[in-house]
Amino acid sequence: MFLKEYIADVVNGVSSLLKGMRKTGYYFVHPKEIITEQYPDNRATLLMSERFKGEVVMPHDAQNEHACTGCTACELACPNGTIKVVTKFEVSPEGKKKKAIDALVYRLELCTMCNLCVVACPSDAIKMAPNFEHSVFDRTKLTKVLNQPGSKIREGIE
Amino acid sequence: MFSLEGITTSVQDWLFMKFNPTMALAMECVIVILLAISLFAILGLVLVLMERKVAAHIQIRLGPNRVGPGGMFQTVADTLKLIMKEGLVPDMADKFLFNLAPFVVMMVGMLLLAPIAFAKNFQIWDINIGVLYISSVSSLSVIGILMAGWASNNKYSLLGAMRSGAQIVSYELSAGFAVLTIVVLTGSLQISEIVKAQENGWWIFKGHIPAIIAFVLYIIAVTAETNRAPFDLAEAESELTAGFHTEYSGMRFALFFLAEYINIFIVCAIGATLFFGGWMPLHIGNWAAFNHIMDYIPSSVWFMGKTFFLIFLIMWFRWTFPRLRVDQLLNLEWKYLLPISLFNLLLVAIIAILGWHF
Amino acid sequence: MYNQTEILKDTSELGADGELVINMGPQHPATHGVLHLVVTLNGETIKKIEPHLGYIHRSIEKMCESLTYRQFIYVTSRMDYLSSHINNLGCALLVEKGMAIEVPDRAKYIRVILSELTRIASHELWLGAMAMDLGAFTPFFYAFREREMITDIMEDTCGARLTMNYIVPGGLMYDIHPDFQKKVKAFITQFKSKVTEYEDLVTNNVIFQSRTKGVGILSAEDAISYGCTGPVARASGVSCDIRKLYPYEVYDKVEFDEVLETAGDSFARYIVRVKEMNQSIRIIEQLIDNIPEGDFVGKTKNVLKLPKGEFYTRVETARGEFGVYVVSEGGTTPHRIKFRSPGFSNLSALNHIAAGSKIGDLMASMGTLDLVIPDIDR
Repeated sequence: MFLKEYIADVVNGVSSLLKGMRKTGYYFVHPKEIITEQYPDNRATLLMSERFKGEVVMPHDAQNEHACTGCTACELACPNGTIKVVTKFEVSPEGKKKKAIDALVYRLELCTMCNLCVVACPSDAIKMAPNFEHSVFDRTKLTKVLNQPGSKIREGIE
Repeated sequence: MFSLEGITTSVQDWLFMKFNPTMALAMECVIVILLAISLFAILGLVLVLMERKVAAHIQIRLGPNRVGPGGMFQTVADTLKLIMKEGLVPDMADKFLFNLAPFVVMMVGMLLLAPIAFAKNFQIWDINIGVLYISSVSSLSVIGILMAGWASNNKYSLLGAMRSGAQIVSYELSAGFAVLTIVVLTGSLQISEIVKAQENGWWIFKGHIPAIIAFVLYIIAVTAETNRAPFDLAEAESELTAGFHTEYSGMRFALFFLAEYINIFIVCAIGATLFFGGWMPLHIGNWAAFNHIMDYIPSSVWFMGKTFFLIFLIMWFRWTFPRLRVDQLLNLEWKYLLPISLFNLLLVAIIAILGWHF
Repeated sequence: MYNQTEILKDTSELGADGELVINMGPQHPATHGVLHLVVTLNGETIKKIEPHLGYIHRSIEKMCESLTYRQFIYVTSRMDYLSSHINNLGCALLVEKGMAIEVPDRAKYIRVILSELTRIASHELWLGAMAMDLGAFTPFFYAFREREMITDIMEDTCGARLTMNYIVPGGLMYDIHPDFQKKVKAFITQFKSKVTEYEDLVTNNVIFQSRTKGVGILSAEDAISYGCTGPVARASGVSCDIRKLYPYEVYDKVEFDEVLETAGDSFARYIVRVKEMNQSIRIIEQLIDNIPEGDFVGKTKNVLKLPKGEFYTRVETARGEFGVYVVSEGGTTPHRIKFRSPGFSNLSALNHIAAGSKIGDLMASMGTLDLVIPDIDR
């Protein structure tokens, strides 16, 4: 009968709305559910995931040595020309001329964080660091040289 | 304990002592004007912040919390920003009407402040047709909205204004019937009489079924009258245009924005007066001790508490429900709310005659 | 560039029957990207909708002609950025098929788990965005809370939250994080407890139902003729789930249902996606405890060269069928790549389903088509 349907309509509608309100009301009275991260305030205790791809770095050990041989595998693997390897010739103590890395120029503004360079490196010289605060006022600061001045390659790396 | 009527009587006595009666009356008018304007300003600040905080907590986030402790001065910052914005008037717009529209809407809000009883003996104008005055003056806001839509010289502004106008005019019917229910139970249109009749209990408890139905209808109708979600199709951002206030920017937009929040306060104040007893404290039957404790809380706190509870309810609606389409909105009014409110009126008339209410 | 009133003044020459032409977008809160819709209105009824594309065209297909077969995969993450793992999987499958590379079982299982997690994340975002279009602002935040758990899992394992470049030809780039299984199980528990929230707030809500039921109906024949795939077609009754019809990876070993509805309206499309989320959870549950040990990547040559010929693979993304077609001349870079994007065909049905309805229904129809514009424009 029309009246029965009408009343059923109204009752169903109102009850569905009230159920929805109960859900939002629950969240209103439970402020513990808030999951907002108070970012600049919690920088001291912020834990980034260790695999987060923030930028490419070349880890140097305590004697300021790295593992990069200047083989340019990373430059070949990079899809958009972010890495440029500048090499020089070094004379080793035995008098042999060897190719060594002069500068690994890394342009952070072009990098797509695809990780192909890290995978391509045969000597694990570069890796991704989880640092994500890269804002600068001057764009030239984003072109970084990854090997630190005065560093040389560790012994025994081919 | 603190009571506002002490202040009003002492100020009135002092004024009548110092000046001749006409001058005293004029000074009282000036004081009332200043109080009304400052109430509006403070309410605007408080309500906008309350909306943002309520929205944030429902959405499991924090809301404004940087400007001032707990975000208290956020609205001040927003108002300063709006004042400094350029107020554009469109090219071929009707300048007089365009500038007048926000003020008409504000004016209606201010006129409605007069019969509301904020505390015991703290009413600006206790007219004997209080409820009728409220219903009729609140209809004037439609003029402001249509003025804004027409004067914008924008086809879609006009469309949005017509839609808003149709919405407001339709929902006034249901709101009127809901208010009539309480008038039937009280037997008088005067606001102070209505509040006095709730001395031994609020109408929503005393009037049981018809009063509860009337309250639900009233809340739905005033949500639609003030163009709040879920009935805000006329001004929603993700629809085609922003409705009648598309062309307004800067201070004029701020006035519309403020007027919307003031309207919410006013209709909630009226709802609190009619259904929840205005400034009457909560008395339960003959629990004398409980009643005595309740009497200690000042009546202005009672009034504001009830009003803000209703405002919270309306904000709760906005952040829970999706929007209704325009035809569904009008459908809801004419096919559901109006028949139910007519039936409710009949019910309350029978109950009042037979004396079945408390 | 233009705002609405300027366009109204310029193009308000009334058409033949008093029609008005207005523009929605390209900057519009509801078109989910830079989509320019030219809508011809007659009063309140829509007569015709014409999408103008190309605002985010980045010539990806041309770009891939100069990238090797290891390098071109990262670009597909940026096409349909909500199903990035699945897009990468499609490209990797093509290279593996072309060069007959063996993928170890461990890699297959993990790839499927990641694909299903991506599908859930994409549907969560769609649910939030669609509810927001219709005016309900809160389900957006609740959906993002679940999506945040998934992106945290991705961040731990793959290192990125949106454009994960983790699936390579032969398997995975590196092994999963030790906490992967624990976190996925925690996510499954949380998701199951929260799925009633969406029902309360959105699915059973009378306002939402009345705005989506009977709106934007697409019949099965029209779905097939426009080339719609994915949830759009399945809501009209067309059975087109690639995971069932042409199973790849381990989809033939897991049990799950293909969700079909027959109504073809917006509500049916909504229900199909919500049920798909539950089916994805079912798949993940069956796989998460049984990941076999072993290598995470198969043996591949250093330099990948596809033999001369044409190759095509298809995968089921959250939006529909994503196809990768490569014409190879035997070199290290493809001669021509073509990506068959699901959004493009779904968008072509918009005119059909929205013409004749009111403006208010346009939001509901467009929301349920689940368009991601970078996928359409490539």
